[in-house]
Amino acid sequence: MRLRLTEEEAAFREEMRAFFTTEIPQDIRDDVRAGRHLDKDAFVRSMRVMNEAGLAVPNWPVEWGGKDWTPLQKHLWHEEMQLACVPPPLAFNASMIGPVIAHFGSEEMKQRFLPATANLDIWWCQGFSEPNAGSDLASLTTRAERSGDDWVVNGQKTWTTLGQHADWIFCLARTDPDVKKQAGISMLLFPMDSPGVTLRPIKMIDGGYEVNEVFFDNVVVPGENLVGEVNQGWTQAKFLLGNERVGVAPVGATKRALATAKEHAIGLGALTDPLMAARFVELENELLALELTALRVVANSADGKPHPASSVLKLKGTELQQAVTELSVDLAGPLSIASGSQTVPEWAAHSVPTYLNFRKASIYGGSNEIQRQIIAGTILGL
Amino acid sequence: MDFELDDEQVALRDAVRGLVKVYDPAVDSERRREVTASDPGYDEALWGRLAEMGLLGLPFPEEDGGMGAGPVEVALVAEELGRVLAPEPYVAAVVLAGGLVAELGSPEQRKEILGALSAGERLLTFASGEVAEPVIQGARADTVVWEVGGEVFLVDRPAEVTAYRTHDGGRAALMEFDRAAAVPLGDGGDASETVATVLARAQIAACHEALGAMDTALRMTTAYLKTRKQFGVTLNTFQALTFRAADMYTDLELTRSIVTWATLVAADTDSAADPTLIRDAGARAKLQTAHAGRRIGQEAIQLHGGIGVTDEYAVGHYTSRLTALSHWLGESREQISVLSAGLTRHGVLDPLD
Repeated sequence: MRLRLTEEEAAFREEMRAFFTTEIPQDIRDDVRAGRHLDKDAFVRSMRVMNEAGLAVPNWPVEWGGKDWTPLQKHLWHEEMQLACVPPPLAFNASMIGPVIAHFGSEEMKQRFLPATANLDIWWCQGFSEPNAGSDLASLTTRAERSGDDWVVNGQKTWTTLGQHADWIFCLARTDPDVKKQAGISMLLFPMDSPGVTLRPIKMIDGGYEVNEVFFDNVVVPGENLVGEVNQGWTQAKFLLGNERVGVAPVGATKRALATAKEHAIGLGALTDPLMAARFVELENELLALELTALRVVANSADGKPHPASSVLKLKGTELQQAVTELSVDLAGPLSIASGSQTVPEWAAHSVPTYLNFRKASIYGGSNEIQRQIIAGTILGL
Repeated sequence: MDFELDDEQVALRDAVRGLVKVYDPAVDSERRREVTASDPGYDEALWGRLAEMGLLGLPFPEEDGGMGAGPVEVALVAEELGRVLAPEPYVAAVVLAGGLVAELGSPEQRKEILGALSAGERLLTFASGEVAEPVIQGARADTVVWEVGGEVFLVDRPAEVTAYRTHDGGRAALMEFDRAAAVPLGDGGDASETVATVLARAQIAACHEALGAMDTALRMTTAYLKTRKQFGVTLNTFQALTFRAADMYTDLELTRSIVTWATLVAADTDSAADPTLIRDAGARAKLQTAHAGRRIGQEAIQLHGGIGVTDEYAVGHYTSRLTALSHWLGESREQISVLSAGLTRHGVLDPLD
């Protein structure tokens, strides 16, 4: 047992900290710190700086720009990025479709897409959820039918995050309706400006636009744009979702948000209230326990298999992320109502929209109920 | 950072587990009840075997009759005792009272007292204040390490002691002390800093004891959900129940992380130079353990149903013991108060710095 990082690990951490705090444009980091919505350009600029330095897609195979890092190094990379208020590399590219193409795609497909995906020259969106296929994703009904060498796609996706910025979509579609539902799904790639694709933004409770509905009306997709084999889509989706959950415990970002809330509390003199101080103490302690659990998971997943406690990270991580947004609302007090005001402090005006926005965290990436199901079934054998 | 045990530590854990498995409800559902039914409420023969294994002298230097081991080894012992609710007063006698003698005692005191403690010949306990209550095993202890106003003394057990059974099957006492009969530990004088550090080490060990108990409470609960039938099906058919078990697991794993970290802080050489690090870690571990112990204890009973509140079945004993551990050596309110005072000393809290 050992408390400290090794010298090499500490040096690596220092290197990451220096990079993220000096190389990523300050205006982007300021926007993240203040909790403002980022525009497309901010994501693109930030990810290109990282890609230039070879730090955008460390989880990919080395030949496609990945890093031969230990799980702990990947953890430190991710934590330092969040602590520095750097927007993470676009998840749809870096964590989702990139690894899928690298693992399942043909050599041609890799050459065509991976470099552009790492550099955010292509902005991907995720065509998975449908109105009647959320947590039960395998029930999806969007279909792709053969037409010569092409596929013709009809149906509808929803909750397509940042689809309004997307150049391409990776889309699950039913390619065989006559087999067990998981066995008849394939993954197709096509441009969002293909004829027959319609995007409808969904306004969210915080007033912003993050997600969309996407409709497909006889969208023609060339056969070469099918990832891997026909009807392999469910395997690919599970592979993708497994990667999605790894980075989903937002420890560093939540620590940063809590530290920022503490600065506001100090400014307001609110920490002299023992009840308010106690809430900070409790949250800091729970976050510490979460971070240490994350470290246990990365320290023990060197053989490639995730530690059984990793579902705990998503479940507790999102609960704490939400609890910090709640704390900010309570700290703002009545000023939290003044979300349209130009005179109250920006953080106070933003507090409720942020709080409302982050209700999503316990729903996406496998809802927290799904995580409880995994813990009860896979870990406890219930 | 590394949370894995080495081979020697695994061997130690397994040896302790073997020694105390007589208390495991799955091995002998009556043994603990028998032992706790009559004074002194623990098995003195087993205490002797703990001494033979070197466990009672585990954290003390070899020249004082100990084994020269560290907080990780102590934690392993405490966790195994907690796993089966062994009633032996290990943390109170060895980690807390013995720990103070090791830190403050003169060479002669250390040799005499720690030697006898390690050999299982003399039971130590700790008491604080002119009138102290509840003193763990106060009526049985041969020697009391007594703290009053920051000064620490050695006192023989007074002739008059009001002793009683505690709700978790243990023994405690109300004790009044007379300064005239007290011998200063070491040079005497204010030792409040050292007392705080040793208390933190004892807190961390007690958290490991609680961790072991929580682990068993969860195991018993999941086993029960898989076997108990109602409406013609086993209880694990009901999601309302399995989700609550999942939350117990989440509590347990988060607690395991922070308590293990606290032990690593206590074992770290930098912490020896700055003991506030150990006290802070003790407060953090204790706060999390108190919350988790309460939730897991309550849920373990609830998911068992009526049998959980009977004395005949073990799970309620776990809840009782977890409750005692939560309130011993500083409850959550005190930890919040300690940690509140330090809130502005850091921006983000960083366990790797």
